[in-house]
Amino acid sequence: MVNKLRESIIMKIHYGTALAAVALVAVHILMRLTQSFSESLEYANVIANYKFLPYAGMLEIILILLSIHGFNGLRVILLELKQGRGYEKAVSYGCLAGMIGLIAYGSRTIIMVNMGVV
Amino acid sequence: MAQVPKLEENSVSKTSSSPKSVTLRIARVNPKQNTEKKFMEFSIPYQRWTTVLEAILQVKKHFDHSVAVRYSCRQATCGSCGMIINGKPRLACFTKISELESNVVTVEPMNNFPIIRDLTVRFERLFDSHHKVKPFLIREDSEISSDEKEFLQSPEEVEQYIQFSNCIKCGLCNSACPTMATDSSFIGPQALAQAYRYVADSRDKGKDSRLKIIDDSHGIWRCHFAGSCSQVCPKGVDPAMGIQFLRGYLLGFRS
Repeated sequence: MVNKLRESIIMKIHYGTALAAVALVAVHILMRLTQSFSESLEYANVIANYKFLPYAGMLEIILILLSIHGFNGLRVILLELKQGRGYEKAVSYGCLAGMIGLIAYGSRTIIMVNMGVV
Repeated sequence: MAQVPKLEENSVSKTSSSPKSVTLRIARVNPKQNTEKKFMEFSIPYQRWTTVLEAILQVKKHFDHSVAVRYSCRQATCGSCGMIINGKPRLACFTKISELESNVVTVEPMNNFPIIRDLTVRFERLFDSHHKVKPFLIREDSEISSDEKEFLQSPEEVEQYIQFSNCIKCGLCNSACPTMATDSSFIGPQALAQAYRYVADSRDKGKDSRLKIIDDSHGIWRCHFAGSCSQVCPKGVDPAMGIQFLRGYLLGFRS
């Protein structure tokens, strides 16, 4: 699947996720400015953030955007470092797996908080 | 192996008024014999107009005829004498010793090309990439069968690509490209600039097939826009600009 995608489509996604992430991270930083830095890291406040669904949803989107952008960036770096059909396939699928893994792990935290597990 | 033979100034040019001399360091390497790169030094007299190629040919004539160098036209047209001169890819026939402003001139084979011997390198990868982008007009009809006899273009249409048609395939852009150094499958700035040359030509109808060729995991997107290709081009082709224009087509900013 990864190998069938045209590189221009992948790079459009790469640039798009970067631009969207810049905008959403700016909103995220502005939200953090509503309280002091140490206060925002307190356990109760972090849990409260995850329970506030609009904000938790935005964090989830940031996680997805940065995972896609970051792992594609890693794929590009690795492709330039070494060449070979098997290696390139392993890099592409490895990065896809890493991306899905990171998104799943981050989503798990938000879901667990909202289910009352934490 | 380094040596400093001196060439008698009178034997080179009896008409010269006050020739200066320069130390010419020539890289000697022979991959077939697995020898390491060594430098041989020669003291060569030069005039204001003496080119690096002429200095190398003086070495071949008077000191060591075994120095391997590729050259032909001596006027920056054939693209044969590309080499690294004082750390920068240049044409030896187009570089005057006086403009280098150094008492030592070091010549080495081009980077990112397999070395044949001394200053000569293999061009197979460059020519393969060049052929890959279909460097010719693609269209159904031809100038022979068409009623118009020839495909007419306005000066504005010619302006779109004429700069890129000056490429002499010397390989200096590929030698300077940092991506070429690490990515052995990268198509390279020379081929990408030529892809743009034909994509921008109003007579050509092969834009989609060409864009498909360069839209590869080792194609146009691996360019980091270092711009070194455009800096070293002796014909002012500016491959980096062509690459950005091609990206415009692929991103939908140009049609």
